[in-house]
Amino acid sequence: MPSAEVVDLSRLQFAVTALYHFLFVPLTLGLSWILVIMESVYVMTGKPIYRDMTQFWGKLFGINFAMGVATGITLEFQFGTNWAYFSHYVGDIFGAPLALEGLMAFFLESTFVGLFFFGWQRLTKVQHLGVTFLVALGSNLSALWILIANAWMQNPVGAEFNYETMRMELVSFPQLFFNPVAGVKFVHTLAAGYVTASLFVLGISSYYLLKNRDTGFALRSFAVAAGFGLASTLSVIVLGDESGYTTGEVQKVKLAVIEAEWETQPPPAAFTLFGIPNDEKERTDYALRIPYVLGLIATRSVDEKVVGIKELKAEHLKRIDSGIIAYEALQKLRSGDKNQEVLETFAKHKADLGYALLLKKYTPNVVDATLEQKVRAANDTIPKVWPVFWSFRIMVGLGILFLFIFSCAFYFCARRDVHHQTWLLKLALYSIPLPWIAAELGWIVAEYGRQPWAISGVLPTFLGTSNIEAGKIYFSLAGFIFFYTFLLIVELYLMFKYARLGPSSLGTGNYHHEAAGARA
Amino acid sequence: MIFDYVTLKLIWWLFVGLLLIGFAVMDGFDMGVGTLLPFLGKTDEERRVIINSVGATWEGNQTWFITAGGAIFAAWPLLYAAAFSSFYIALMLTLFALFFRPVGFDYRSKVHDPRWRNAWDWGLFAGGTVPAIIFGVAFGNLLLGMPFQYDADLRVTYTGSFWALLNPFALLAGVVSLSMLTMHGAVYLQHRTDGEICARAKAAVKASAIVLIITFVLAGIWIATGIEGYKIISMPSPNAAFTPLAKVVEKSAGAWLNNYTLYPWTIFAPILAIGAAIVALLLSAANRTATAFIFSALSVAGVILTAGLAMFPFIMPSSTSPNSSLTAWDAVSSRRTLSIMFWATVVFLPLIAAYTSWVFRVLRGKITVQTIRENEHTSY
Repeated sequence: MPSAEVVDLSRLQFAVTALYHFLFVPLTLGLSWILVIMESVYVMTGKPIYRDMTQFWGKLFGINFAMGVATGITLEFQFGTNWAYFSHYVGDIFGAPLALEGLMAFFLESTFVGLFFFGWQRLTKVQHLGVTFLVALGSNLSALWILIANAWMQNPVGAEFNYETMRMELVSFPQLFFNPVAGVKFVHTLAAGYVTASLFVLGISSYYLLKNRDTGFALRSFAVAAGFGLASTLSVIVLGDESGYTTGEVQKVKLAVIEAEWETQPPPAAFTLFGIPNDEKERTDYALRIPYVLGLIATRSVDEKVVGIKELKAEHLKRIDSGIIAYEALQKLRSGDKNQEVLETFAKHKADLGYALLLKKYTPNVVDATLEQKVRAANDTIPKVWPVFWSFRIMVGLGILFLFIFSCAFYFCARRDVHHQTWLLKLALYSIPLPWIAAELGWIVAEYGRQPWAISGVLPTFLGTSNIEAGKIYFSLAGFIFFYTFLLIVELYLMFKYARLGPSSLGTGNYHHEAAGARA
Repeated sequence: MIFDYVTLKLIWWLFVGLLLIGFAVMDGFDMGVGTLLPFLGKTDEERRVIINSVGATWEGNQTWFITAGGAIFAAWPLLYAAAFSSFYIALMLTLFALFFRPVGFDYRSKVHDPRWRNAWDWGLFAGGTVPAIIFGVAFGNLLLGMPFQYDADLRVTYTGSFWALLNPFALLAGVVSLSMLTMHGAVYLQHRTDGEICARAKAAVKASAIVLIITFVLAGIWIATGIEGYKIISMPSPNAAFTPLAKVVEKSAGAWLNNYTLYPWTIFAPILAIGAAIVALLLSAANRTATAFIFSALSVAGVILTAGLAMFPFIMPSSTSPNSSLTAWDAVSSRRTLSIMFWATVVFLPLIAAYTSWVFRVLRGKITVQTIRENEHTSY
């Protein structure tokens, strides 16, 4: 059993490196398509300004992309270095989408990204557009496989425990691939990335418009971003993320926690708009509730209920008891007692084996757990409410703000009157960081909301770590913080430098800073 | 599932080998170029020539590394867990060094300050050199056996230290790896550049190939005379699913040569490693750079195969608990996963090879100082 210190450090390091990597992913996902749109217009109209747009935003894309690549390898390594038992226990299933990501997506993206930057003079216009398209396709497919892997952690379908090898094994690849949670997450994450990139382009274009320079370039970029951004924001809202919450055990918990739904209400449940969740007393203080809304959103019906936290805990207590029976049978199987009765008992209860493993924190033997220990384990199945409750509300609030910004941007674009809307330009510029905040909060909702599980109902997080000394993790964590801080400063310096310089950085001689006199 | 389990296990030993060779051949020359960068490029423009000779393609090449890692996770999850957690500090150092590559290539020439550029050049040097040495050291330690064991729940614990990895034999393996990738990078650079840089690269080919041949032979003699190998005394049928603890393993002097005596054809691997390095050296001297590169790649493949074939079926022997050793028979995924990943590899690897070749063809030709001057704003 790893010590609590090792577990906490491993989790902290994973959170730091994953949140950091996720600073660069959304922009790559969305900006790649914006480049495809701009270059398509170039290929169709032949106007060089659209080539300049593709190249300039491509430069910023490159600055961001390099960081995404550098920080992505960390995450792949880390499953092995810090989460060795996790890798051992579920690698049979979890490893496959990661390998497929490499074979199917990352190779495509990485091989063609060089040609995007260096192929302008060596390819025909259409060929180059094809290359840009493949980069976008590769990066988006990459997200697909990663989210299939992640969705399996949230809702582990198509797999079962094999007592011969003492690990989880794949029984159905189609179930893994078509995991309903994966589809929802994929669409949601992509759309979030598209919004991030759109606001990035919109905000920087607004800056040029506010400075009154390179206006032709800026207005066209603004228009592309406004259209793409509006479509993306709408798809986040229309397609929604909620449908995923009715599937899978951890998702039920997450839904209850997001909504601070302590008691199961008679359907359709009321929605808590604001309030202060109180974990100790299991209630929400100063709650502001809107009747019926939660039931309607979460279940899309008026008669299905949203299960409350207290009821979930009671259910989990039962599953812990069932898991203990599975654990006992497993001990017998491993000691060689493979008679029919034991096999049947194990088969009947093995779906709850993970719940018994929660007890390892309190008693290594599991089977001798007292009622008090079982109750503590059942309480552990619910993560702290307020981080999830608030992360979700801020994320949604930001989403509504983005809808407002893109609607206005689109409206004034259509009226060809963007230039004079100083308030909108300023709002867009200063809102650039907000999609990143929303994306990071989304990660917290999804991954903190999954606790205490590494694999929902299968493997508790605290069992997933490597058997390594805390000192090693202090070393690596210090290294990550040092290098990541340094790299972030460098990245932001270059991003600001080139964003300020604008299309003049292309050296075509047609833009603001290159005009006569500006060079001297 | 047309293959039985044991065939799939064998195929996956070959596939992981293939991916590792793919990584060493494709990303290896980028790393070698990184190692050579500060020494072969005397001026900023020369360094830009060197960087741009690999700048457009290194990213795709590095994907061999990432995909090999992913494939090991999917096909050999036990190795992935045991090796990555055992080599913890070494891998973190590799990772920190690798950070400098993507940002080094992209950021270096975006600012004019010579101190900035010089700093990134050393970053690119570290990004090529540190992993090259550590991968060699890791292979050296795998040949020696690693101090780790499994408990009853199959949790793996490594009981050695980071410093114990830096033993004389492993360091020699580190030199083999570094000289091999430096040679490979130098041949590539000789092919893609002209004038002074090309001449310096040629000299580097000579030096590194000679070091490679000498250290490779030394390591071979060491293995034959001074290192205990491992052999399986008993185990369940390789066609079955079982945990590492189900077999009995013994240390035994000279066991790493068993495969070479049992299957004499396997001797082609060390012959290829040395022979192809000599041919690459001669072709480089004769300025036949394209063919030299092919032979350099063959030499790289030979070196990796030599180590792999010596150890087969072992992939990570345990020195403190030999029964915990990981082999191609018990470090593996289920038959279903191996089968699915087999088909994915068979479909996608040729596709990757095809589009990678196309990209290299589009970007072919020599990079010169003139090229850099003409593309001041787009070059790295």
